[in-house]
Amino acid sequence: MTQSDTLRRIVLMLPALVAILLLVGAPLGLMGWVSLLEKGTTAGVDWGSAPSIGNYQRLVWEEDFDGTLILNTNYLVIFLRSVLQAAVTTLLCLMLGLPVALWMASLSPTGRAVMLLLVTIPFWTNLLVRNYAWLIILREGGWLGMAVDALWPFGPVQLLYNDVAVAIGLTYSFLPFMVLPVYSVFEKFDWRLVEAAHDLGATRARALRRVILPVAMPGILAGSLLVFIPCLGAFVTPALLGGGKTLMLGNVIQMQFGPSRNWPFGAAISVVLLAVMLLAMTALALWRNRRSA
Amino acid sequence: MNIRRFPLTREISLFVLAYLYLPVFVLIAYSFNANRTATVWTHASLDWYVRILNNPSIRAATWNSLVLAISAATAATVIALLAALATRRAFPGRNASETILRLPLILPEIVVAVATLILFVAVGIELGLGAMILAHTVFCIPFAYLPIRARLDGMSGTYEEAAQDLYANRFRTFRRVTMPLLWPGVLAGFTLAFVTSLDDFLTSFFLSGPGTTTLPVYIFSAIRAGITPEINAISTVMLVISILLVSLSFALTRLRR
Amino acid sequence: MAETNTVTIRGVSKAFGRGDAAVRVLHDVSVDIARQEFFTLLGPSGCGKTTLLRLVAGFEIADSGSIRIEGQDVTHAPPFRRPVNTVFQNYALFPHLTVEQNVAFSLEEQRLPRDQIRQRVGEALEMVRMQTYARRRPSDLSGGQQQRVALARALAPRPKLLLLDEPLSALDLKLRKEMQIELKQLQAEAGITFLFVTHDQEEALALSDRVAVMQGGRILQMGPPREIYEAPTHRFVADFIGDINLLDGEATGGGVRVAGGQTLPVQVSRPGPVTLAIRPERARLVAAGTGVMDATLVHSAYLGTATLHKLQLASGGDFLIRQSDPVQAAPEKGSRVGIALPTDALQVLQE
Ligand SMILES: Nc1ncnc2c1ncn2[C@@H]1O[C@H](COP(=O)(O)OP(=O)(O)O)[C@@H](O)[C@H]1O
Ligand SMILES: [Mg+2]
Repeated sequence: MTQSDTLRRIVLMLPALVAILLLVGAPLGLMGWVSLLEKGTTAGVDWGSAPSIGNYQRLVWEEDFDGTLILNTNYLVIFLRSVLQAAVTTLLCLMLGLPVALWMASLSPTGRAVMLLLVTIPFWTNLLVRNYAWLIILREGGWLGMAVDALWPFGPVQLLYNDVAVAIGLTYSFLPFMVLPVYSVFEKFDWRLVEAAHDLGATRARALRRVILPVAMPGILAGSLLVFIPCLGAFVTPALLGGGKTLMLGNVIQMQFGPSRNWPFGAAISVVLLAVMLLAMTALALWRNRRSA
Repeated sequence: MNIRRFPLTREISLFVLAYLYLPVFVLIAYSFNANRTATVWTHASLDWYVRILNNPSIRAATWNSLVLAISAATAATVIALLAALATRRAFPGRNASETILRLPLILPEIVVAVATLILFVAVGIELGLGAMILAHTVFCIPFAYLPIRARLDGMSGTYEEAAQDLYANRFRTFRRVTMPLLWPGVLAGFTLAFVTSLDDFLTSFFLSGPGTTTLPVYIFSAIRAGITPEINAISTVMLVISILLVSLSFALTRLRR
Repeated sequence: MAETNTVTIRGVSKAFGRGDAAVRVLHDVSVDIARQEFFTLLGPSGCGKTTLLRLVAGFEIADSGSIRIEGQDVTHAPPFRRPVNTVFQNYALFPHLTVEQNVAFSLEEQRLPRDQIRQRVGEALEMVRMQTYARRRPSDLSGGQQQRVALARALAPRPKLLLLDEPLSALDLKLRKEMQIELKQLQAEAGITFLFVTHDQEEALALSDRVAVMQGGRILQMGPPREIYEAPTHRFVADFIGDINLLDGEATGGGVRVAGGQTLPVQVSRPGPVTLAIRPERARLVAAGTGVMDATLVHSAYLGTATLHKLQLASGGDFLIRQSDPVQAAPEKGSRVGIALPTDALQVLQE
């Protein structure tokens, strides 16, 4: 490797780096700054206002008439709901995704390729459209609604616009993110380890718990992160299936940039979202380091 | 006993496949339903497809989406190709470069979208098609990058050494050997970038100015206004396009030299 | 003065990696290769043969030292500016081009006129007897055929020097023997200098005008095959090439005293422990008490062209004798025999 080779590679890299730094790095930096400003009267931001952490305080406290701060749980509830929804979705994805990955690994090469394609296709199809499909199924008068009504004797059931509908939609949206990394671990898995475990008298269940799951752990954690992070910032699913009743962070952010026109406050919520994401990633990295150490 | 088979995994997998695909099939079925209320099945018809063909808003949105996806995917593919050629071999800063390339994949889209909105407004970039092309290009880069890099990784460097040995300079080597061997990866990358851009809703939602709605943004506002069979039809069209293109990209990556 | 060497390598060193992780792969290597010589780098896997070849081809740049080809300094020149072509270990035929297009590649890069390209491609393919495969793709060819195309492709531009990195190692034994002969003929016909790399000592001895034996990034010995074989200067060279018997001894004023045997009249520059080497076919089996030392016959194997005797020395070590005399009844297994060592066949080794 020569100096000119290094230079050539850096030059080739430049367009990508400049594009990403200018259109991802710079916006995020600016957003951090805006989160400290005040909202403008006409535009979204009052660029001349003095920076303060007021927007972050507003997430938890609100000013009373006489200027004392009282606890405001509105945003806390939404925050907790988002984290909880993301956690529940991650768990559901794991409960469904792990068996799928395990089963895929037991198939013939052709079977694997077909399953891989089948699991990947939803990932590439329009998220909005796929959530809309659930809207059709779950709505009042839809065929699932009618079926449930027929079986359920205590009056009409509302399938749509609640936390369960959102959880169904989120799990549906992000399931491939769990299956793929877990499967990639099983694909490389040395099944003789399981044979050895059986040989040593382990039952199927114990072989699963003591041999397969530990080996699959890196995939499970990677998948969990890949589900958790986009869930936390989900907008489409709660907007369509939550019907504005069960708001998540993404919806609140959108409201600040849409109808409320309070960009600095929206920026502050976005920063909080990023912080939670970083926290989750750091936790994972620490866990990985501890394991490899 | 097959040690790889675990009880219930097959049943759960079939359930998951149904879970993933049933809604899609329901949507497609409804798109062919003649009944206006969209819940009662009367008989099959292509009415709604004819309707969307003649709907000027949908035609405009489709046009915008195509221009956007082609521009963004082209730009992203070129940028990703250069980046993949750079990161193919070690150089100081390769790891940092690869992390930065992955950024658009990891960050929650809504956060990047609103942050871009703030930046564009702050520096005076007008919202609309141009703004969307810029933003889409960036999040398409990693999608174009991955298949190109995978192709390069599977490609022995000796072909290029052989070309240089046979008196082709770096540029000629790239044109006569690297590119011909790489093109399935480049095409796969372009296809994935195209699909990603075509399907994007959130970024376009925040950056589309008045009069430049894309198809997903149009669909979203249409759903807000009430479910109609037209939405089913246009959604079906989008689904089918995505599935076809992704399958194409898959086939390309599996293409032998 | 006109240059008589095709290649002049002077004091070349090369390390991979940086800082503490750097591994020195070549240590101060110097080689001269004469015009039209068949020169071979021989050594075990990992000794740096490929690296040296890649330095000459221009795929790597030396950390220090210089490389000249036909008198021209190419130490820092890129591969496409060196009058050198390579036959790669796995052939590296362009999979998207036909045989013909592969062979024409370099001629097109050199901007030769069309009809000349066609003629040269025809000649090159004819030389390796592959004319009938001109329109095929490399993937349709067998290993041996790909090998020929790779040769034709490298010879088409008529380079001053052809580099071959274990070109025959992917072929099966029979084909390898055939190709060896063909290679040698081709080299004589084309009159091109060959720099050949192999880890197969038989191949090296059979083909080369001169051989350089490498170990750990250094050239230990360089010379014609006969000299390398019969007069190895290093224990490693002696051991690496063919079977050899090694005897520990003590150098004194009058010669070398072999452990448990006589003093042999071998000239050694300074006294001290030395190792003597002798090829199994140069030692002879004689009656006990009449040779340099006595040993016990462990085993005799009739090989058709010769008989291989395995003896055990008093020191416990093994000793091989390959006797090709017209059949002479071998002594009984377990009997005492003598070993005769012609002085001119003895080689004093450095470690
Ligand atoms: N590009 C490289 N980076 C790091 N080490 C290398 C590289 N190329 C070769 N080496 C190392 O240099 C040594 C010599 O390699 P090589 O020249 O290929 O040996 P040979 O051809 O004799 O088998 C080996 O230990 C190999 O691992
Ligand atoms: Mg080698």
